[in-house]
Parts: sequence; C-alpha cells; structure tokens
Amino acid sequence: MDIVILIAGVLLSIAAACAVWRIIKGPTVLDRVVATDMLLGTLMCGLGVEMVVNAHTETLPVLIVLVLFSVLGSVSVSRFIATSGGKGDR
Amino acid sequence: METIDNVRDVISLALILLGGLLAVAAGVGILRFPDVLSRMHAATKPQNLGLFSILIAVGLQHPTPAVITSLVLVVGFQVLTSPVAAHMVGRAAYRAKAFPKDQLMVDELAERIEAIEARERDSSDRGGAEAEADAGADRAAQRAAEDEADRIS
Repeated sequence: MDIVILIAGVLLSIAAACAVWRIIKGPTVLDRVVATDMLLGTLMCGLGVEMVVNAHTETLPVLIVLVLFSVLGSVSVSRFIATSGGKGDR
Repeated sequence: METIDNVRDVISLALILLGGLLAVAAGVGILRFPDVLSRMHAATKPQNLGLFSILIAVGLQHPTPAVITSLVLVVGFQVLTSPVAAHMVGRAAYRAKAFPKDQLMVDELAERIEAIEARERDSSDRGGAEAEADAGADRAAQRAAEDEADRIS
C-alpha cells in the first residue's frame, strides 16, 4: 500500500515537473497554455490520490470548481493571442 | 467483508498507479513532441484518462451517493469543457502558424479561407458604372462572404 502510494506520488511529481519545464521553456504562448492545462490536470490527480490515501472526501468541491474554471484560462488566452489580419478574425 | 475491502483496496491502488503512469506519459509527451498541436494531443488524452481512473479509485473507496454524484459531475464537466478548450487552442495555433504546415495530410480550413478570399477579391476588383449597377448584389455577396468567414472561424 505505502509503496504504491509513494510510486504514484513520484510519478505525478515527474509529470508536474515536465509541465513546469514546458511552461518555462515553451517557445510560444500556446505551448505554455497547454502545459498549464496539463499542470492543473496533474494537480487534480494529486488531490484525488490524497483523498484515497487519507480516506476523506473534503476536497471534492475543490475538484468541481477546478474542473469548471480550468477551461476559462486556455479559452481566454487563445482568444486574445494576436493573430489579427486573417480572414474571419475579429 | 474483509476480503471485499481488500479487493476494493487493490483495485483502487491499481487505478491510482495507472493514473500516475498516464500522467507521466502526458509529461513525457509534452516535453518531447515538436509543436503545439502534437503537444496538445499528448497533454490532454492521457491526462484525462488518468484523472478518470483516479476518480474511479476515489469512488471505490467512498461508494456513497453524494460522492458518486460529485465524481460524475467532475467527469462530465471535464468531458464537456476540454474539447472547447482544445478547439480554441488548436484554432489559435493554426492562425499563429505554430506548426510545420507541410506535415499536414488534410488542411480543409486553408481551402475554405482561400475560397472566401478569392470571392472577396472578385467582388472588390470590379470598378466603375458596372460596380454601381450591381452594388447591391456585391453587398449581398460581401455579406455572405463575411457570414461564411464568421461561420468557419
């Protein structure tokens, strides 16, 4: 039990580190947006694992709020990325 | 009862491990893939599947109606909202030309944009009395082109 939880924590940490590295390095803003989304997903996975480990369900509302608002970030950023001049852009 | 609990624990641990592995797959993908579109592919799919498996583990540990309802809400909103986000990011990536265009097998958006631009050139190139004669028709064509442009954007 303990060893599996430890492995899961290490795996999620590796994933989060990859996302942070892409946020730091990412050549375009869109790379950073995608990586931020992924970091948020990894965070939600971590919250779920923590709920299983400590046998409680108190962070479920946090999960719901996160999943509702995670979409706003990427949509608004990609909406305002300057690519003006193309047909159909406003 | 004891054995059922044990089985449940083992299944949840396996699901958690699966979620961690999928998260790492997403991380490796987002580091190694070359452009925005393929990074989107890498980041979203394993991420969502891993999240769902971990949420199933949570539901196995607390099989009460309130918890299951919340988990179904989380999964439902994730499934509903992530395609919207992916669509917007992909469109912005297309507009910003943040990908090697020669690697595309099919590019339907380019054909449509080209068609609209050709139509608009047509309607603005005509001059003089002829243009005034059918200015109304031109305006209608222009409006149609703009509608088309709005629709595909």
